[in-house]
Amino acid sequence: MVKATKKWWPIFVLPTVLAFIIGFIIPFCEGLYLSFCKFTTINKASWVGISNYVKVFQDAQFFTSLSFTAVFTVVATVLINVLAFAVALALTNNIKGTNLFRTVYFMPNLIGGIVLGYIWNILINCLLSLLGKPLLALNTTAGFWGMIVLMCWQQIGYMMIIYIAGLQSIPSDYIEAARIDGATSWQILFRIKIPNVMPSVTICMFLTLTNSFKLFDQNLALTGGDPNHATEMLALNIYNNFYARSGAGWKGIGQAKAVVFCIMVIAISLIQLRATRSKEVQQ
Amino acid sequence: MKKRTNFANSILTVVFSLFCVAWVYPIVMILLNSLKKESAISTNTVFQLPTAETFAGADNYLNAVGSKGFVGAFLTSLLITVTSVAAILLFCSMCAWYITRVENKLTKGIYYLFVFSMVVPFQMLMFTLAATSDQLKLNTPWNIWVIYLGFGAGLAVFMFSGFMKSIPLEVEEAAMIDGCTPLKTYFSIVIPILKPTLISVGILETMWVWNDYLLPYLVLDRKKYTTVPILIQYFKGSYGRVEMGPMMACIMLTVLPIIILYLFCQKHIIKGVVAGAVKG
Repeated sequence: MVKATKKWWPIFVLPTVLAFIIGFIIPFCEGLYLSFCKFTTINKASWVGISNYVKVFQDAQFFTSLSFTAVFTVVATVLINVLAFAVALALTNNIKGTNLFRTVYFMPNLIGGIVLGYIWNILINCLLSLLGKPLLALNTTAGFWGMIVLMCWQQIGYMMIIYIAGLQSIPSDYIEAARIDGATSWQILFRIKIPNVMPSVTICMFLTLTNSFKLFDQNLALTGGDPNHATEMLALNIYNNFYARSGAGWKGIGQAKAVVFCIMVIAISLIQLRATRSKEVQQ
Repeated sequence: MKKRTNFANSILTVVFSLFCVAWVYPIVMILLNSLKKESAISTNTVFQLPTAETFAGADNYLNAVGSKGFVGAFLTSLLITVTSVAAILLFCSMCAWYITRVENKLTKGIYYLFVFSMVVPFQMLMFTLAATSDQLKLNTPWNIWVIYLGFGAGLAVFMFSGFMKSIPLEVEEAAMIDGCTPLKTYFSIVIPILKPTLISVGILETMWVWNDYLLPYLVLDRKKYTTVPILIQYFKGSYGRVEMGPMMACIMLTVLPIIILYLFCQKHIIKGVVAGAVKG
């Protein structure tokens, strides 16, 4: 069977692989190469060695963005996962209206980042003006917490669904047996429920971490990096280096930042997967 | 004991219902404001309900549809989404089938490249991808699906292969022994078994392509084409004053079809979106 199938590769594999080469391999390799060049268009590139990377680490804005992104990622990941898990626990407890709650909480996840960003931009600006505080364009703190609220609104429903699936897959005899042995609800939660949903925790942590770290649309639409680049996350910073700064050399620096960014994302994914996998329990 | 849990549960129901209201509120707020007159919308009055004086009827919607180019952007988005998702479903499932059935070093290598591409952030290749698609003239809504197929192949192939590994080979083998070509075997036997996964991947990719902003913004020829997310971004753009009324009408027109679709095929959508996560 394998032999008969093998010669059919032009039909089965070729279209996807060709598109993959155009849409991923070529741009990726060119991007890697261009990070060592000074360029304004792809054809006008001159090799400059590692000087782009040196400039990346001399750029103060890069570190501002990096620390903003890092703090944002940690706060968002913790908040979203804790809240989503709490809601999932409550909703697996035979509460009336569970189905309706699930439907409603999941809904924001389907709306695109740009639209979400504008909805919250209008809402938060209105709230701030009623409180007599400076609007989003001038207010770093509000920008930060606005983005946290936005991310929670968008992601809690999604993570909640994954946690509910995890909680429902725990065999009910485990919990009954523990109850008969006289375990309290807290003991059941920490000794049985949490260890048994570790696979879901892995997935949710991974998703929230990478989603927050790579955040772009919501950042662009909600704050646009204002005031004065203070709420500019890494992805937006790279974008601005490419398209908002004139002057030779910025595109090269942007590309070098993108490579550094890419390495960070890969590193986070690997470390995170390894760390949580080791805590999973076999059923 | 029983009574106490009942009491606690009804309190929780009330708390979660309040959360529900908070969850829906931002969208209701946009809906209410999109019905107000332009002059009545300012940062101070967003929370107020429309009154007889400020009620604008469907004016903002007519304006958005008429002069702001919403219909064109909507159709462009629709075209891109339909062609891209169709291409991804067809080609990636075929590719995944071949890769899992014909196992050698080359197919393994391709598979790992696909998996690798899932982790790489878009910023890494946005500039070069835009340049490549310009050179190859892949910058119209008619053929941008090639770019989406290439960039989205990773996740789709990964999800399809995960499923294909779990289906038994016997039926396919029997069909081949009876003289079916691989292509016929694929379409008459594999596709029907694959249907639930096709729906899941289809929904996942639809959500991605429909809501995507940066890729079409950079790749498409912007003088000629806009998509819905780009149009909404333009409102704020560099025109100085934002026309809030039509902008909110546009937001509502974008959000409503999604919500209606979601209410009708909720189960499939939740299953599809979550399947993507669990496999990832």
